[in-house]
Amino acid sequence: MTAAVEFQNVSRHFGPANAPVKAVDGVDLTIAEGSFFAMLGPSGSGKTTCLRLISGFEKPTGGVIRIFGQDVSDIPPNRRNVNTVFQDYALFPHMNVRDNVAYGPMVKGVDRRTREAQAEEMLALVKLEGYGDRKPGQLSGGQRQRVALARALVNEPKVLLLDEPLGALDLKLREAMQDELKALQARLGITFVFVTHDQGEALSMADSLAVFNEGKIAQIGTPKEIYSHPRTRFVADFVGSSNVLAPEVTRAFGGPAKWASLRPEMLRVTAADGVALSGVVTGLRYLGAGSRVTVAVNGTEVAAQLPAGQAVPEAGAVVGLAFDPSALHVMEGER
Amino acid sequence: MTTQTPAILPERGLADRLTALFWRHPRLLLAVLLTPPLLWLGVVYLGSLAALLLQSFYSIDEFSGLVKQEFTLKTYAELFRAQNLDIIIRTLVMSAAVTIGCAVIAFPIAYYAARFAKGKWKAVFYLGVMLPLWSSYLVKVYAWKLILAKEGIITWAAEGAGLSMVLNAILSIPGIGGNSLSTSPLGTFLVFVYVWLPYMILPMQAALERVPASMLEASADLGASRAQTFRTVILPLAMPGVIAGSIFTFSLTMGDYIIPQIVGTSARFIGLAVYQLQGTAGNIPLAAAFAVVPIVIMVIYLMIAKRKGAFDAL
Ligand SMILES: Nc1ncnc2c1ncn2[C@@H]1O[C@H](COP(=O)(O)OP(=O)(O)OP(=O)(O)O)[C@@H](O)[C@H]1O
Ligand SMILES: [Mg+2]
Repeated sequence: MTAAVEFQNVSRHFGPANAPVKAVDGVDLTIAEGSFFAMLGPSGSGKTTCLRLISGFEKPTGGVIRIFGQDVSDIPPNRRNVNTVFQDYALFPHMNVRDNVAYGPMVKGVDRRTREAQAEEMLALVKLEGYGDRKPGQLSGGQRQRVALARALVNEPKVLLLDEPLGALDLKLREAMQDELKALQARLGITFVFVTHDQGEALSMADSLAVFNEGKIAQIGTPKEIYSHPRTRFVADFVGSSNVLAPEVTRAFGGPAKWASLRPEMLRVTAADGVALSGVVTGLRYLGAGSRVTVAVNGTEVAAQLPAGQAVPEAGAVVGLAFDPSALHVMEGER
Repeated sequence: MTTQTPAILPERGLADRLTALFWRHPRLLLAVLLTPPLLWLGVVYLGSLAALLLQSFYSIDEFSGLVKQEFTLKTYAELFRAQNLDIIIRTLVMSAAVTIGCAVIAFPIAYYAARFAKGKWKAVFYLGVMLPLWSSYLVKVYAWKLILAKEGIITWAAEGAGLSMVLNAILSIPGIGGNSLSTSPLGTFLVFVYVWLPYMILPMQAALERVPASMLEASADLGASRAQTFRTVILPLAMPGVIAGSIFTFSLTMGDYIIPQIVGTSARFIGLAVYQLQGTAGNIPLAAAFAVVPIVIMVIYLMIAKRKGAFDAL
């Protein structure tokens, strides 16, 4: 099977050659056809630039991009069968919802009756029947997001690019839209490339996931691989705020003298006596579904997540820490 | 922090007292701000317009030459006499041509300024567009007369480039040509376009500035070519600006009475007709009726524009 999108050593540098801003720097990645691919990373790590390289709004300064096996160096955006759901939706304010959705077919010369029928069908798909006559200005954020989705999907793209499409929505709507998007993707079989800086979103939705850091891919793999086997300190910390242990601390925790990651939810807080590890509680944070306790062990702060209902120690108390040795994950990457 | 900062700060003089007054009575500030402009608009501006309208319904006594203050439509009927109708049509055609000419020239300039010019180049743009407005209008028009004259730069340059034939061919076209550029309707057109161009560029640029770049990307993303994006996204979104600019160029051309006197054939335009009727001829009612024509034309123009959806993007 050909890859939907393939990057070979792709770079996009901005600014002068002697002091470039390396928005994307030597990225290799392969996105399988029909998969839900997420790009995760902190602000400014190059996610949007990567999407714009796929859609053609940016040209790589180095490397080759292939879409379904074809080198797209010389193909302008309007000829790539790739559509984008923009972060700000970019709906046309002077057209009503139906005309917005029918825009793609219109510029391809589909006659009015056919394209309006297509638009209505798409609006039904995103559960917006009857909204065709409204202007984008008369819709809520979530509705606009669906219109943007319908406007992209009506073109039956080979790849759909979504740039933080759920960023502006409240938690409840966000979760509902996550489920809908995932279901839609499974039903249509279109390759989705989804940008987010919400790690929960990326982990729960993606088939495979690339973690970006400063224009490079820090790790690429399935959500499970990335969560349980972060390759670098950056990934461990960024995905799930893991405890990153320096080599000497790892040894004190009973592992080899290497950098390691230990998930807060894998740590149990116990009574101080008779355990190998103990420390002083330095911080408490209430999270609703539980609490996060920070314990200073020999000068290293370690976070432990307690489920709701469990007794929470007081600040300053001396407590013990216990964990299953297999939860201690030793990282091969250096940074 | 148990220092002596009070919870309520003391009042410091008149400025604070006024602030408090306006805060307690928010409408008062609005009233203070709006009264002078409303007085101006209501009395001086609309008042004189009403006086003008009133005058146009009077007529002139053919024997005494005095204004008869009786309501009549006789003066309006006079507008439809062949020679007057001629003036109106000539003015209308010229205004439309100037507006289209300005729009065509202004669009690329405004588009460049809105989309691409940054920092220093933006300043250069504003300076370049506004600079001609700093010098006297009369001087500019006379300068153009020299440029367009038979012995002027254009004739000279055309000769130098071996294009005299082309120039002569253009000048021999009936309706727009003439003896020389400075005595032809084409010359009048060129000067009008020159003097009113900034009034088209600036509103257009402001409108284009408000079209987000992501809108253009969305259009290309959905498969539109550049031409399709221009027609279906840029133009409709910039339309209010184009209309605003065209109101300026259209009405300024219709009202102008100096340029046609200096450059062009001596055929009269509405502005010149009004000027002569209220001055030497002393026929204020007919002058007023002529002055109403541009207003009516503008109203019709805006109604058509609205019906065509030109303001949908507002
Ligand atoms: N047109 C440009 N000119 C110069 N630098 C740019 C340009 N576009 C992006 N950059 C830089 O490239 C880097 C990556 O930007 P990008 O927009 O890809 O980040 P991102 O991962 O999408 O961030 P966010 O999560 O905040 O959207 C940033 O440092 C940014 O300042
Ligand atoms: Mg971004």
